[in-house]
Amino acid sequence: METLFFLIITLVAIVSALLVVTCKNPINSALALVMTFFCLATYYVMLDAPFMAAVQVMVYAGAIMVLIVFTIMLLNIRVDATKRHSHKVVLGSIIGFFTLVNTAFIIMRSRVAMPNGPLTGEMIRQQGHTELIGREMFTTFLLPFEITSILLLVAIIGAVILAKKKL
Amino acid sequence: MLGAYLPILLLVIVAVLFGLVSIVLSSLIGQKKPSPVKLAPYESGCTPVGTARERFSIKFYLIAMLFILFDIEAVFLYPWAILYKKLGVFGLVEMGTFIVILFVGYIYVWKKGALEWE
Repeated sequence: METLFFLIITLVAIVSALLVVTCKNPINSALALVMTFFCLATYYVMLDAPFMAAVQVMVYAGAIMVLIVFTIMLLNIRVDATKRHSHKVVLGSIIGFFTLVNTAFIIMRSRVAMPNGPLTGEMIRQQGHTELIGREMFTTFLLPFEITSILLLVAIIGAVILAKKKL
Repeated sequence: MLGAYLPILLLVIVAVLFGLVSIVLSSLIGQKKPSPVKLAPYESGCTPVGTARERFSIKFYLIAMLFILFDIEAVFLYPWAILYKKLGVFGLVEMGTFIVILFVGYIYVWKKGALEWE
């Protein structure tokens, strides 16, 4: 049952990812990308990482997509959308194929070199994924967490300075 | 394990079906007598002026950027909300610092008039 579900999601993910690069209208590509993000979120759920799934939907399918759509609206793409750019298909396919073979080869041949850590699927299910992340974030990685807020502050100020006509 | 997410799956299926059934049924059952007025983007609305594919003002982009940044701030609140009781005062102070730093940014945005539509 779970394998079947995985296969269906994978099929949707691959088809929507292909649509992202083949759609003529960039808005259609953006919508296909939302679908791909939702499929990735489903993978996170299947990997016992519901918090990552929620973040994937909220940040990627929500916030990042808004940014992409606004970028499409900001640029005047009327001219480019009418003609298809299909040069270097053969070269790209060859390079892509070899990269795929190479990656598959590495994954097939590799094995776990280090002993397994304390985080197992059983333990995550017992304690809760969000709790485990939160505990590490608020204790071990306290300083990076606080620095994140400064990073966000810099980004806020940067956005205002870049986009505002009169400061 | 995935059983807990069954309601979400059902919701997605219902949403997709609702959209598909509405479109397919109305195109199957409905009559098709097109006229220029009916084919206008907004029937009984304003007459369209020019194309919709215009360049949009950067003002929209600024709002989108600020939305993303405060959205990411909200993401950090979820793990804190789950651990709220376990972390106690320590967590409150920690999250307080986080929020205060971002609140400085919020005041900056407000004072610079970035939230106003000029």
